Amino acid sequence: MTADQAKTRLPSISLSPKKTRAVAPSVSSVRKRNLIGYIFILPWLIGFVGLIAGPLLFSLFASFTDYNITSKMNFIGLENYKRMFTLDDMFWTALWNTLYYVIFSVPLTTAGAIMIAVLLNQQVKGMKVFRTIYYLPSILSGVAVYFLWMQLLSPSTGLVNQFLHIFGIEGPSWLFDPNWTKPALILMKMWSVGGGMLLYLGRMQGISPSLYEAADLDGASGFRKFFHITLPMITPIIFFDIITSTIGSFQIFQEAYVMTQNGQGGPGNSLLFYNLHMWNNAFKSFDMGYASAMAWFLFIIIMALTFTNLKVGKKWVYYDGGDDK
Amino acid sequence: MIRAAVRRANQNKRLNVKKSMVFLILFLGSIMLLTPLWWMLSTSLKSPQEIMQYPPSFFPKGFHLSNYIEAWKTGDFTRWSLNTLLIAVVTTIGNVFVNAFIAYGFAKVRFKGRNALFVLVLSTMLIPGFVTMVPQYVLFSKLGWVNTYLPLIVPAFLGSAFNIFLIRQFMMTIPNEIIEAAIMDGASYFRIWWLIAMPLVKPALITVAIFSFTGAWNDLLGPLLYLSDEKLYTLQLGLQTFKGSVQTQWNYLMAMSVMVMIPTILIFYLFQRHFIKGSNISAGMKG
Repeated sequence: MTADQAKTRLPSISLSPKKTRAVAPSVSSVRKRNLIGYIFILPWLIGFVGLIAGPLLFSLFASFTDYNITSKMNFIGLENYKRMFTLDDMFWTALWNTLYYVIFSVPLTTAGAIMIAVLLNQQVKGMKVFRTIYYLPSILSGVAVYFLWMQLLSPSTGLVNQFLHIFGIEGPSWLFDPNWTKPALILMKMWSVGGGMLLYLGRMQGISPSLYEAADLDGASGFRKFFHITLPMITPIIFFDIITSTIGSFQIFQEAYVMTQNGQGGPGNSLLFYNLHMWNNAFKSFDMGYASAMAWFLFIIIMALTFTNLKVGKKWVYYDGGDDK
Repeated sequence: MIRAAVRRANQNKRLNVKKSMVFLILFLGSIMLLTPLWWMLSTSLKSPQEIMQYPPSFFPKGFHLSNYIEAWKTGDFTRWSLNTLLIAVVTTIGNVFVNAFIAYGFAKVRFKGRNALFVLVLSTMLIPGFVTMVPQYVLFSKLGWVNTYLPLIVPAFLGSAFNIFLIRQFMMTIPNEIIEAAIMDGASYFRIWWLIAMPLVKPALITVAIFSFTGAWNDLLGPLLYLSDEKLYTLQLGLQTFKGSVQTQWNYLMAMSVMVMIPTILIFYLFQRHFIKGSNISAGMKG
């Protein structure tokens, strides 16, 4: 639809610019340029209003009602929020499970990605092949990967426990033991840190070799070079990585949905994540009002975390261009 | 003289030791990362008896390629593949052309409110998708779009913040002189976009195409939410329901998983360079 609109307007505009071209742009040419600019971004504007801003406002409103998609929206004040915080035990379980996952997976994947990037930034034979191998798992996603890991984590015949067995370690039941379900998902996540690794590697390759040469002259050790040169230089990426992976991890859903019996939350509800609980409320019991309240609470948590990150980030993120944004 | 030579030799030795260490670590790590994929392949070729066997065998005893055919027949996988291909191709077209169109506006047309709106584009990246999912579902179901591909396809034609950003970064590098010269020659903004800007940002477009194709191919959430008619299923959705029906037949499950993954691996193999380029652009922005 939007492409059509753009096309129909095309001829009328394409005729005029040549005559209005002047050293100082006239009022009408400025106006024309504004119009053209808005035509270019029109698809985004429609998407923003229709798929982001509109829905956000709608769900804010719905969160104060008992809406269930077929019913009228009856205003019930803060009932949904009250139910969420005081009556729904599963809400707290889900929030705790999600926080657990975020708190462990974000630092572990960040540190893992940096460590691998450091190794892949050395001059060693076969580096191209290594980089491909380390990156490969991160492009694989979807149900097939979850199936694969269900197989790998199988308590008796799974590869992970077979591996641990070599060292005389009796592996846990992973996806069948409430204490080990979340570590199992974190382990799976670690397999694909290659995506983040690539960001760090790209940045590290941009660090001027003269910095390291100077450090070599001073007789700095590898560790010192890492902590005093590499690490400060990659802080902008760490910053970005932490913000995006926090938002991403908070929304963990598919893994839990596929790897448990159709989203029932796994053993002892240990994989009932926030979004899974929201999903069940919204699309199983069609409790849209309540699900909207949950969605908004999630939105507020994530916004708060992001703003904290942005604020705190100013203190530790190093930009070589000085004080610009 | 001799002492200096000895020192240099020692330094070289230390360097070599360090290099071998790094190599060794990387090598062991590679094996750890690749073994799961080997395991998938190996399991997919085993007979049902061999899967039950303890301890499990690392190399399959016979190549039961028939697993692949049997697994394919357990569902309407041919249809589901075509469905997935259709959705992936259409959303990719939308993502590439519409985002490039929007990106050109933000990169090369100076209009009122441009910078503020671009900040808005970037900040939408911070909004968790799940927050808008519930109201979007309400919207699409009121439009009667549930059980059609429209909820999966239409949003791809309305711009996505990250892709807009990525293409814009490329478009910013086009010299203004070229564009001004074209305007002088009487070319419209839209012709300039199509004939000058688009060819110059081809690497970015390929990157966006790859990511949106593999994204659509591997998407479970959208199809799970909007498609309930089995005829409309995508591969991911088919695979997910497949789990419930043949719980213990891991050889079939793995065979299907291998087949579903092949296109992604193939694309990765063919376009490696572009995957890496895309990541480097996003690394650049954070610097």
